[in-house]
Amino acid sequence: MTVETIKRPSGLTALANPTRFLALVRVLLPIFTAIALVLLAVGLWMGFSVPDDYQQGRTVRIMFIHVPSVWMAMGAYMTMVSGALGVLVWRHPLADVAARAAAPIGAAFTFLGLATGSIWGRPMWGTWWVWDARLTSFLVLLIIYLGLIALWNSIEEPAKSSRMAAIAILIGALNIPIIRFSVEWFTTLHQGPSVVRAGGPSMAPEFLHPLLIMGLAFLFIFLALHLMAMRNEIMRRQIRTLQRKAAQSNRTGASRAEIAQ
Amino acid sequence: MKLIGQKLSVERGEDLIFSDLSFNVSSGEALIIRGPNGAGKSTLLRAIANLLPLLSGELTVEDPDKEFGETEFPQLCHYLGHDNAMKPAMSVGENLVFWQKFAGQPHLDIEEALEMVGLSGLDSVPYAHLSTGQRRRIGIARLLVSYRPVWLLDEPTSGLDTPSQSQFEALMKVHLEDGGLIIAATHIPLDIGTFKELIFDGFVRETAP
Amino acid sequence: MIALLKRDLSLALRSGGGAVTALLFYLAVVVAMPFAIGPNTQLLATIGGATLWIGALLAGLLGLERLFQGDYEDGTLDQMMLMGGPLPAQVFAKCVAHWLVTGLPLTLSVPVFGLFLGMEGVAIQASMATLLVGTPAISFIGAVGAAVTVSLQRGGLLLSVLVLPLCIPVLIFGVGAVRAAVTDPDPFLPPFLLVISLSLFFAVIGPFGAALALRQGND
Repeated sequence: MTVETIKRPSGLTALANPTRFLALVRVLLPIFTAIALVLLAVGLWMGFSVPDDYQQGRTVRIMFIHVPSVWMAMGAYMTMVSGALGVLVWRHPLADVAARAAAPIGAAFTFLGLATGSIWGRPMWGTWWVWDARLTSFLVLLIIYLGLIALWNSIEEPAKSSRMAAIAILIGALNIPIIRFSVEWFTTLHQGPSVVRAGGPSMAPEFLHPLLIMGLAFLFIFLALHLMAMRNEIMRRQIRTLQRKAAQSNRTGASRAEIAQ
Repeated sequence: MKLIGQKLSVERGEDLIFSDLSFNVSSGEALIIRGPNGAGKSTLLRAIANLLPLLSGELTVEDPDKEFGETEFPQLCHYLGHDNAMKPAMSVGENLVFWQKFAGQPHLDIEEALEMVGLSGLDSVPYAHLSTGQRRRIGIARLLVSYRPVWLLDEPTSGLDTPSQSQFEALMKVHLEDGGLIIAATHIPLDIGTFKELIFDGFVRETAP
Repeated sequence: MIALLKRDLSLALRSGGGAVTALLFYLAVVVAMPFAIGPNTQLLATIGGATLWIGALLAGLLGLERLFQGDYEDGTLDQMMLMGGPLPAQVFAKCVAHWLVTGLPLTLSVPVFGLFLGMEGVAIQASMATLLVGTPAISFIGAVGAAVTVSLQRGGLLLSVLVLPLCIPVLIFGVGAVRAAVTDPDPFLPPFLLVISLSLFFAVIGPFGAALALRQGND
């Protein structure tokens, strides 16, 4: 006869693992926030001091918010994709936290990109909304973000919801290029080439420099927000672990009593 | 054939259900898993059937039966879970015919299997019309229409009345005599001769027959 | 696999199975359209292809919720994983069954519905052709949505929110091909071939994604 003890679910591993990460957050968060604020101040000042564009007038300045938002909207999805791979391949607990924390921020940047694009479009196209390829594909991206957040929230059990969301994120990632391509095909069929001025190397340096600085500022805003959101998510999980432990100690107490009878 | 589990640990959600659990069962033997609700009996069965991933530990099959060759272990198993895996919209016969085709290795005819569980003549009745106990017996009949050497049974007697239970115990004995292997989780004592026991109650105890 | 396909078909065709309901839903959508737009035959004919496609998309999503849910609830899914062989192949079989009872009947009913909408012969033919090759894409990509929401009590809405954005390309090229068939300078073939390639692409990633989700979601 062999006797072995069963280790009761301690939940301690779940608590202990992200502690080092939280310590790191305490160091990094103020630094990132400071960098973000400085870059934002410099970028905004430079952005507002550029001369008016010969075609678009002063509305061109919306670009300094619009384009970095769009970059971060895509960057957040990339963060979620790497998080999803982390969940499915390495099963790392922080990967899920990272993916989950990036989703609302990505959705917010996507919304910001859409809203600024629409405001920019009003003087340019004379209407708030056109079915332009970029706007349309970002609208689809927003729906995807919101769908994923809804999926996370609907599945009760955390480990399962993270795995299901990871699969949905990856399937979405495979489809985003296709959606982009089809939307471009759709818009060229309906209205001729896009009206939005493409950025790129042809841009004059006095526009390019503030744009890049704003891009960096948004990157650090994203990083700071992401760290904060991850910290909150970890705390939320710690609370849940404690609650579960409380429920469990109660339950085992009850079943011991049953055996005693 | 001998199934050996070594130092198995399984996690479900965020909870570690059990760890470092070891056991072994050979052909002709039964292992009965006992313990209170929520102790991890079903989890162990599902892990053996590869329906849940093992966190650590190893499940190995020693000297497998020649007739099954290289078949993967889960393919050698019948698993009778809490649900009977039957469609209410189809008749009893249609359900069993489907499982026989799906699982392959036909063993008993549908009619014979129904007779074994004491429900002969019901094959054209819609499954939805059956009582809980009758449904469980159809679930048991599924184990008979296709042959699998290993039976993994989760509370197999739930919903059965005393005569049906002894009928099922007889079926289990026959399966063991034929060289089958049974792992069953139950909190009701089963009369199937000698068996090994694995008791979950904060400790794991393995008792030799 | 064949047994699974046959069983799913026979379940779908029984009362309460959903195949007939999907067709009725399609009819209801197509019939509701003229009431929303007005009985202007010319306008209806122009947007006929779009109406048929939107109807097919919605009707296709309708039955997806139950694709794995019944099997999940009654323990059949456990048996599929235990002894059914490769799970993606089984998911593929279930998707084919789903298509045979939704996508295919909808496609075959196009000549009748097309007449309601006052569509020309060419447009009806083009709609049938694109729906024939395009509706499988909905079943295959929808399987992933069905698999990730399988444990949810009311997963149908969420499933639609997740799957609809992924179906947009199919819709764009499907309707585009129908339009190209009637308006002269636009070629019909490129969008048509794109619809086929989307169906093939989804036929690969759908079953694998869904099988992965079913395995990972099992507990």
